[in-house]
Amino acid sequence: MSAAAATIRPVGRTSRIPLPALAAASLVLVTGALALVFFVAPNDANQGFSQRIFYFHVSIAITAYACFAGAAWKAFLHLWKREPRADLESYVCVHQGLIFGTLVLLTGSIWAKISWGHWWLWSEDQLVLFLVLFLFYCAYFMLRFSLEPGPQRANLSAVYALFGIVLVPVSFAAIRLAKNLIHPVVFTLHGPNFGGWILVTYCVAQVAMLVLAYTLYRLELGGKRLDQRVRDLKEVLV
Amino acid sequence: MSYLRDVGALARKDLLLELRARDTLPAMLLFVAAIFVVFHFTLPAKPSRLETSGLLWVAILFTALLGLGRAFVPEREQRTMDGLVLAPCDRSAIWLAKSLATLAFLAAAEVVALPLYALFFHRVSGATVLAVVLADLGICAVGTFLGAMAVVTRARDLLLPLLFLPLAIPIVVGAVGASVGPPVVASPGKYLAFLGLYDLLFGVICWASFEYVVSE
Amino acid sequence: MLIVRGLGKRYGDKRVFRGIDLELPRGGFVVVTGPNGSGKTTLLRICAGLATPSEGSLERGVGRAQVGYLGHEPLVYRELTALENLDLYGRLYRVPERRERIGMLLERFDLWEVRHERVASYSRGMTQRLALCRVLLHDPELLVLDEPYSALDEAGAGLLDEQLAELRGERSFLLATHEPARVERLASGRLALAA
Repeated sequence: MSAAAATIRPVGRTSRIPLPALAAASLVLVTGALALVFFVAPNDANQGFSQRIFYFHVSIAITAYACFAGAAWKAFLHLWKREPRADLESYVCVHQGLIFGTLVLLTGSIWAKISWGHWWLWSEDQLVLFLVLFLFYCAYFMLRFSLEPGPQRANLSAVYALFGIVLVPVSFAAIRLAKNLIHPVVFTLHGPNFGGWILVTYCVAQVAMLVLAYTLYRLELGGKRLDQRVRDLKEVLV
Repeated sequence: MSYLRDVGALARKDLLLELRARDTLPAMLLFVAAIFVVFHFTLPAKPSRLETSGLLWVAILFTALLGLGRAFVPEREQRTMDGLVLAPCDRSAIWLAKSLATLAFLAAAEVVALPLYALFFHRVSGATVLAVVLADLGICAVGTFLGAMAVVTRARDLLLPLLFLPLAIPIVVGAVGASVGPPVVASPGKYLAFLGLYDLLFGVICWASFEYVVSE
Repeated sequence: MLIVRGLGKRYGDKRVFRGIDLELPRGGFVVVTGPNGSGKTTLLRICAGLATPSEGSLERGVGRAQVGYLGHEPLVYRELTALENLDLYGRLYRVPERRERIGMLLERFDLWEVRHERVASYSRGMTQRLALCRVLLHDPELLVLDEPYSALDEAGAGLLDEQLAELRGERSFLLATHEPARVERLASGRLALAA
């Protein structure tokens, strides 16, 4: 039995940064970002106080893209290099991306309501793109949960994650093309003119979101790896 | 080349299977006709070209889904996918052959659908026909690929529309843009080019990654 | 031809088998036995190349083109005729003198008369015989047969006996069966799987 137990891969370290340090960093950065956004950054000339949600809306959107790109990269590693951990890492990336994607839709919707009085704007490209991606990655979960764990599930998930990252630019182009068909552009949400405190606030918010995403990623990945290890051990002991 | 011969042998098998079973193609034809009639009752009295173009493409998309859901059923029910995967041919040939066969059925359905559309709604322009050709390529390439994925899951045909529709959105945009004509869209060229680009991009991805869909 | 060391397979939480060692030399004949659920089918699928092992290693001396696999399913299309099925596989495996070889096999397994009828109309025994034709069509070096005698009547079983005896020594066999006595005299090695 000890020989069999020795064949179980140890959980190992993902990177040198320990999780508690990451969690602390996230807390500090997010608090700092909130402080900057609400107290330090100047009011936007056109939209006033409501425009501040823009800092989070854009930084969360970029973070979501980063998660999806990470998922595609891990998927590629799984298919090409056959790295044993890549499948789980790709899955957790997609999960984080979907969470942040949902937040993009929420913050965008709130912004639209405050600025223009509508909860949804088809004219806002980013929102529509995230709606499409939301549908796409929800289907990823349906696919994954409809398959037994094993190499087939890992392969199919990986291929689908790769399709996803290609869909991002293609969908964006499609949405722009569709604008000519559907409405003339009436409502738009402008970003602020960058400069001074606005840039600083945005950068802090962006870094905060990225670190938060990475922390959540490590947290979830650790939990899933632990599950895996417990299952492996249980199996050896039986 | 032997690759093309493999594709030919497999496509011939797929066409034979459908011609013998005779269920998918008639269903698609009837479905597209029924959908047009339903549309008539959901549209205002004199629908614009934009409205009916949109509905034409919804009809084509869902008719295609009907056929795509059935594409890999023989391989799944009779486990014959194992036989194809064991063969020394390139696995992507399986996908390409199945896509071509599905394309043939979709085209056959459209041969009926487009005249019906012209009869019920608006006349069909040359750009529309070109859009149909290009969109069909994308629909069959991606749809067949996803159909192979869906068929090995527990949910099976429940899953295919969910996987396919987000990826079909760019096709619909390109297709509607190309078929709607002036005054909404002055020149369909941009949209046709976009369709071509989509076909190329996703065609290559499907071709390169089908190997991983059917083998462990 | 085939060297397997410490092979294990699991599907998620379900363990199929563990720690299998096997050596099949060129021209050898290994018989695999074991109760239902012991993993015979999974082991043979891995050796044929249809599945990947979870642990351990597998070395196979030949590529896909030289493997013939007979599983629980005959792997033929029910809506096609025997001739159409074999023609498809003949093309995919690039069998030289395809038509002659197909004709020869159909005759050997007593299916020549029904070659133009759809497989859906065949009995189980006939379908199994067609599956054997499919396996032998490309004259593979390595034959992986999973319970080939099941579904065969006495006549069919006799035909298979003849075929195995003829190829014994020239081709390598990995055969799983519930009745080892039938192939005992051909066996060069045995592997018994525990439940």
